[in-house]
Amino acid sequence: MTVAKPLPHESAELHVTGQARYADDVPAPAGTLHLAFGLAEVAAGTLDALDVEAVRAAPGVVAVLTAADLDSMPDCSPSNHDEPLLCTGTIHYAGQPLYLVVADSHLAARRAARLHRAEVTETAPILTVEDALAAEAWFDGGPRIWSDGDVEAALRDAPHVTTGEIEIGGQEHFYLEGQAALALPGEDDMHVVTSTQHPTEIQHKVADALGVPMHAVRAEVRRMGGGFGGKESQGNALAIACAVAARRTGRPCRMRYDRDDDMVVTGKRHAFRVAYEAGHDGEGRLTGVRFRHWALCGWSQDLSLPVADRAMLHADNAYDVPAMEIASWRLRTNVQSATAFRGFGGPQGMLGIERVMDHVAHAVGRDPLEVRRLNYYAEAPAEEAGGPAPRTPRSISGTSTTHYGQPVDDFCLGAMTDRLADRCDYAARRAAVAAWNAAHDVLRKGIALTPVKFGISFTLTHLNQAGALVHVYADGSIHLNHGGTEMGQGLHSKVAQVAASRFGCDPGRVRITATDTFKVPNTSATAASSGADLNGMAVARACDTIRDRMAEVLAADHQADAASVEWAGDRVRVGGAEYGFEEVAAKAYAARVSLSSTGFYATPEISWDREAGRGRPFYYFAYGASCSEVVVDTLTGENRVLRTDILHDAGSSLNPALDVGQIEGGFVQGMGWLTMEELVWDDAGRLRTHAPSTYKIPCASDVPDLRVHLWDAPNRAGTIYRSKAVGEPPFMHGISAFMALSDALRGDRYPMLDAPATPERLLRAARR
Amino acid sequence: MQITFRLNGETVTETVDDPTTTALDWLRARGLTGTKEGCNEGDCGACSVIVTDDCSARALNACILFLPQLHGKAVRTVEGIAAPDGTLHPVQRAMIDRHGSQCGFCTPGFVTTMAAAHLNGATDHADQVAGNLCRCTGYAPILAACADVADAPVPDHMRDAPLSETPPFLGRNIPGEAAQPTGAEPPAMPGSEDDLAAWAQANPDGTIVAGATEVGLWVTKQFRDLGPLCFAAGAEDMRGVAVTDDAIRIGALTDMETLRHAMAPHHPAFAELLRRFASVQIRNAATIGGNVAEGSPIGDSMPALIALGATVHLRLGDRRREMPLEDLYLDYRVQAREPGEIVTRIDIPRQRDTLRCHKLSKRFDQDISAVCLAATLPVADGVLASPRVAFGGMAAIPKRAAAVEAALDGRPLDRTTLEAAVAKLADDFTPLSDMRASADYRLDAARGMLLRLASDEPSVLEVAP
Repeated sequence: MTVAKPLPHESAELHVTGQARYADDVPAPAGTLHLAFGLAEVAAGTLDALDVEAVRAAPGVVAVLTAADLDSMPDCSPSNHDEPLLCTGTIHYAGQPLYLVVADSHLAARRAARLHRAEVTETAPILTVEDALAAEAWFDGGPRIWSDGDVEAALRDAPHVTTGEIEIGGQEHFYLEGQAALALPGEDDMHVVTSTQHPTEIQHKVADALGVPMHAVRAEVRRMGGGFGGKESQGNALAIACAVAARRTGRPCRMRYDRDDDMVVTGKRHAFRVAYEAGHDGEGRLTGVRFRHWALCGWSQDLSLPVADRAMLHADNAYDVPAMEIASWRLRTNVQSATAFRGFGGPQGMLGIERVMDHVAHAVGRDPLEVRRLNYYAEAPAEEAGGPAPRTPRSISGTSTTHYGQPVDDFCLGAMTDRLADRCDYAARRAAVAAWNAAHDVLRKGIALTPVKFGISFTLTHLNQAGALVHVYADGSIHLNHGGTEMGQGLHSKVAQVAASRFGCDPGRVRITATDTFKVPNTSATAASSGADLNGMAVARACDTIRDRMAEVLAADHQADAASVEWAGDRVRVGGAEYGFEEVAAKAYAARVSLSSTGFYATPEISWDREAGRGRPFYYFAYGASCSEVVVDTLTGENRVLRTDILHDAGSSLNPALDVGQIEGGFVQGMGWLTMEELVWDDAGRLRTHAPSTYKIPCASDVPDLRVHLWDAPNRAGTIYRSKAVGEPPFMHGISAFMALSDALRGDRYPMLDAPATPERLLRAARR
Repeated sequence: MQITFRLNGETVTETVDDPTTTALDWLRARGLTGTKEGCNEGDCGACSVIVTDDCSARALNACILFLPQLHGKAVRTVEGIAAPDGTLHPVQRAMIDRHGSQCGFCTPGFVTTMAAAHLNGATDHADQVAGNLCRCTGYAPILAACADVADAPVPDHMRDAPLSETPPFLGRNIPGEAAQPTGAEPPAMPGSEDDLAAWAQANPDGTIVAGATEVGLWVTKQFRDLGPLCFAAGAEDMRGVAVTDDAIRIGALTDMETLRHAMAPHHPAFAELLRRFASVQIRNAATIGGNVAEGSPIGDSMPALIALGATVHLRLGDRRREMPLEDLYLDYRVQAREPGEIVTRIDIPRQRDTLRCHKLSKRFDQDISAVCLAATLPVADGVLASPRVAFGGMAAIPKRAAAVEAALDGRPLDRTTLEAAVAKLADDFTPLSDMRASADYRLDAARGMLLRLASDEPSVLEVAP
């Protein structure tokens, strides 16, 4: 079967030869206009007057659109209708679009977009947790509180209570391809070529902006140059601006953000502060934990509520905490609106409990790994021979449940931790680290092994659906579309492998073209790691429908049972006869059978009551564990991650090469988040790190000796070929690097390291 | 103005209206969209191309490379890396086999950078790709691909030659005559130090472009009016490193990569500092004269040069003078250099090597220093004899630490001496807070960097897992 093979990315040859086209590479028709936003330079205030005469007069400028020039203000929000395309009077953050320049070149538009004069009455910006709490500036009507068990009693009765807090920085996506869109006006419709994870959202928002039904807007995306969540909602403004300008001018309109604009305008990962009170016994066994989460959401709601929810849903990570209470504030501040980013709040919630484990271990004087294991959920019963063990019915008592009431019936981190600890020689290296630290004055080493348990499914249950459209042509070639988008993760490769496996044909027969809302409607964002789970299954169903029709034709010819037709090795066998796949396609065509089908999939078994914070929001969990070793210079704070071993659960991998790629890349991105990637706003709320010269993502030499292995056991849930989602979970292996840095600074006092652990923060922690 | 160069093997003649048109914008407008814009400031490498001149083939960032800089050279983009018959280059093959691309947007830049390194036989893979950012793969498969092809033969088509006879540059170049603002007439392209000095004297408000790694940003990010424009690279007599009995003489147009290699035998700590100076693509373009004349308080070459006692040679028209480098810098972006006065050369006096350098930054490679320490610590009769200690990032200019030096001079290089010297740091410096580091941290880390001069523990870069 084609699945499980480590085939290269479907576009690999196009990538390496420069032939792969991204949104801004698509040749534009003659007469295409180029757009740029003029941006607010202050973080908060009212826009009293906006003089754009110099902008209009600048060379190459065709039009300038301010709020006053639009009959109705388009909205860009994915959630709350609170993001006007252009400033309507209130300035919410430095970088907010004030007006739109339409010019005959990208450079002319960018140059002109600096020539405005804005009269602004500034107000004090809300920038910090304290600012926001004092102003009661929050979303969701105040703190959301979920509790499970009697936390008050648990803390009161606990032999020890360990308290603390951790500041967790945000993160810039730094997709290499910046946001881009091209709107091509048709006679009565609009075709938008964009770089987005969510074509249906683009279609919907552009239709709203133009006042037309969705059937009059076609959103198309062949591929993105990276997304990571940053193209789930943040492309809306460009697509809407292009469509509005194209409708007004009757000419194609194109827009791309220069990198500095991209970083100043668009949202990033949510910064959090997490405070904890953890009750535990003398061995480190938790009795109850009270968390408080303060999520800095920026100026608009965007996706902040589900992000903050997911942080709460991952506050347990791998640990069976008898009583837990989480209060989560979603704070509105005058900076870029924080948005989706790989893990979607999960990493922040998980870092909270991992910090608790590390701190509690210090308090009781034990190796943090021992304390982690002591608190693990109960291991699921071993798999039976011949297939995955049945999932434990919820009614069976004794199964651990999470703080939101979902049974953890597939837990395998005990065995995974054993294998990883053995493979990476944890015990001996822990001893070697101690010996090093005894012998060295300046350089200290640290090591940490941390687990990941990540819930798979959109928490907004209705998003867990996908559609597909598959055609088999009479020559045996196969063309398909599905609702997912390709951002580098290899989704199209995996889905093509699924299709080839269903038909038992050569994968070279299968071609996937641009995701297109005129082909597959009502798609969900390619997000929540769900792309292959949802779309793979939808495509499989469409393929099966066609394959069954083809089998009927053969069965009729050979007086055989259709179910007996075998599809393998690009050949089709029936009743002793054998055909090439293309012969069967031709036969089915000649027999006047439809060789086109849609497919549809909706994830089963999930239900979620967000208000109560109870239910089964996740179809299953993905697991992993990683061990990192670091060295820190205690005179300067300089540090390196020396070696990282990862064991990750991708179920029965659809493509082990692509999955290892997600794991390696996810780890490095997570490591960057918690070490060198630092967003800095000044006291006036202006982002000072708005280019790669000042915002540092890991580069090649930062990558440790990285050893990745797949757990390779089938998913107990009935996913496509028993695989598991792999996009987000590996990101959180970066936590092992952070905890190793904390370990390196461990002394009589707990170092209380904040993230990101820059050299500056490490030196400060070392001096505590 | 009209320029001629080779592009993927074909000779191209182009009329250039705006001399600050970047090679990236020009390539993409021409349909060669494989070369990507990732940051437009030379920090991500997605726009990397290979440029070959008489000396070498080098990877450069096309986003801060002006079209006139290509005159007479050969350019190879990602579209020209595979053989004309479509056979993939070994680097391309290895990137596919190793799963080195995910989203693919950085991939053309990696492929060109890797192909340039392969062509030059470079095997310091992580350094070679330090100027290329990837957000998807975590780099491991890319480094594996680099290693895979180290022994593969270089495909013939990769051996570009510049134009055998560079056609005369069809712009105005009248030394000594005031030029018109950028765009109003073709830029000057002087062919010698004499001509450059004459042009600069006549155009004190003009802009001299050497490698364009700084001026490029004035154009792509700041839209600055450059005034009259001059491309200095043709002044060949200002390029190169000459070692005499007395001094190492570095021509102002010497690029940082050449300087790095020239320093290795004499002052390996300086060479190591330059290894971490930006990236290969930037070092291939940036010049020492540009770095010194720009005079950034966080420029990395100046602390080392000051510690080495370097003198800077200046020229205003025919007037030549020289001064200790530290005397060039008066205050933030204020220099002793007069309008129209150019940097022609930097001389490092020959000396027994005692140089120590320590660059502190959030990321080791391709980052700007938060603090950069350079010190020469000559010992005579068991005590320090006239040590020189210079810092970048600690003041408005690259600056010597006079009080620290005084506390070191005449004492043995040991922990006691350094602790006494460290106490003097606050007398020398009152650093600022910015996005790279707080003032407190700068001072604290600078103390640590000084104390480290007496420690025999290795750098974190030298620790094995």
